[in-house]
Amino acid sequence: MSTTRRRVLVTGLGTVNPLGGDAPTTWSALLDGTSGAAPLTEEWAESAAVRFACRAAREPGPELGTALSRRTDRSTQFALLAAREAWRDAGGPEPDARRLGVVLASGLGGVTSLLEQHDTLNRSGPRRVSPHTVPMFMPNGPAAQVALELGARAGVHASASACASGAESIGHAVEMIRSGRADVVVAGGAEAPIHPVLFAAFANMRALSKRNDAHETASRPYDRDRDGFVMGEGAGVLVLESAEHAAARGAEGYCEVAGVGMTSDAHHIAQPEPEGRDVARAIRAALRDADAAPADVSHVNAHATSTPAGDLVELAALRAEFGPAAERLAISATKSMTGHLLGATGAVESVATVLALRDRLAPPTINIENLDPRVDLDIVRAKPRELPLGATVALNNSFGFGGHNISLAFRAV
Amino acid sequence: MTTITTQQALVITGISEILQEVAGTPAEDVTPEASFAEDLDIDSLTMVEVVVAAEERFSIAIPDSEVKDLVTVADVVEFVRRVTG
Repeated sequence: MSTTRRRVLVTGLGTVNPLGGDAPTTWSALLDGTSGAAPLTEEWAESAAVRFACRAAREPGPELGTALSRRTDRSTQFALLAAREAWRDAGGPEPDARRLGVVLASGLGGVTSLLEQHDTLNRSGPRRVSPHTVPMFMPNGPAAQVALELGARAGVHASASACASGAESIGHAVEMIRSGRADVVVAGGAEAPIHPVLFAAFANMRALSKRNDAHETASRPYDRDRDGFVMGEGAGVLVLESAEHAAARGAEGYCEVAGVGMTSDAHHIAQPEPEGRDVARAIRAALRDADAAPADVSHVNAHATSTPAGDLVELAALRAEFGPAAERLAISATKSMTGHLLGATGAVESVATVLALRDRLAPPTINIENLDPRVDLDIVRAKPRELPLGATVALNNSFGFGGHNISLAFRAV
Repeated sequence: MTTITTQQALVITGISEILQEVAGTPAEDVTPEASFAEDLDIDSLTMVEVVVAAEERFSIAIPDSEVKDLVTVADVVEFVRRVTG
């Protein structure tokens, strides 16, 4: 590791997701092995192939008020709540506004707002289409609204990479600080995908679990009988800060984002490359970037969405990259509890990974009734697992349609 | 002191209800002198919503060229009076 490189600390956490309206509530629900899934009560769900989801545990309306709620997409609303929490949690860093950035993405943008306006157009004509439509559905909406609220002027970025968007944002935020463009960056992902068109579209791809009669046990990464992911909504946000900036204001931070690995498959628009070749390269890049050896890593928050193919690819990549040391990794699939928050997922799972390092506890993976016999690594099941002293690095992996592979290495400080 | 006619009062009530819906504005803030932008925090995009809702509510048409002159609540009241005779 270069001695001159700026170190990047995590100094604030925030999230709204199916398990909790903030980070502490979420973390305790994760350790308790709680499912966030529930039946959908909307009328459209009656005729849908999939009739359950992981709704956010907190509605944004009461905090944001009428005016802001009416001119923002639900994904932006989640982003604002998570960013406010993370900012408070960081203790109000008060950076020079010109040195404060935002990197915050979603996989789908404000597409449900656009679809609603399409309904309005068909029902009431063009005059009734909301003048807020464009700022609501543009994919940089969540990032831009957070930047407006915080007054961030170093740059606002929203790099869409489907279900890797949240993790990729954190990666780009780290680079933004290392390159000297910013001292503090608010980074994460947000998603609000619960809409009949999206449910039909994902279901028709055969991506969603159809266990309508057993919604709480439908998300079952690594189980032999897994049949797809469970759609979730929410946001995760991290305040990232250069070590110098944090030290100058006496902030210790949770941990360091020590390594970022990003690769792409160039294999298929929606299928993972079956060998995990480029997933392994992303993991390797993150470890090298962190100057970490396989023995330094104790925990992996896996992408594991509960789809038949994807879960195994990541394990193959971990084995390829770690060799025998892969068997000592405590691997957790928190989507078994939160569902899959698409573009928010990498950020929410980064929040979980940071807290796992802080407490030296890997959260459980619920709903594994019969472990897939092809799983040959150590999945944390049933109860949280204490992480060993000394192995101070944890990985969070995220992958997205389009062949995006992101691996983030967090190191305890 | 000007006397507020019944029609003016109805228009103010209508505007107040529109503002409540689109921006959560408390009814007591919607006085004739209140400026949409300065006092009621209605930005240009939200003002478009207000105008469209007012057109429906009062069965009038408000040309885009007139919108810039609708600075205060009283301006809308006067506009409605003028076009509805």
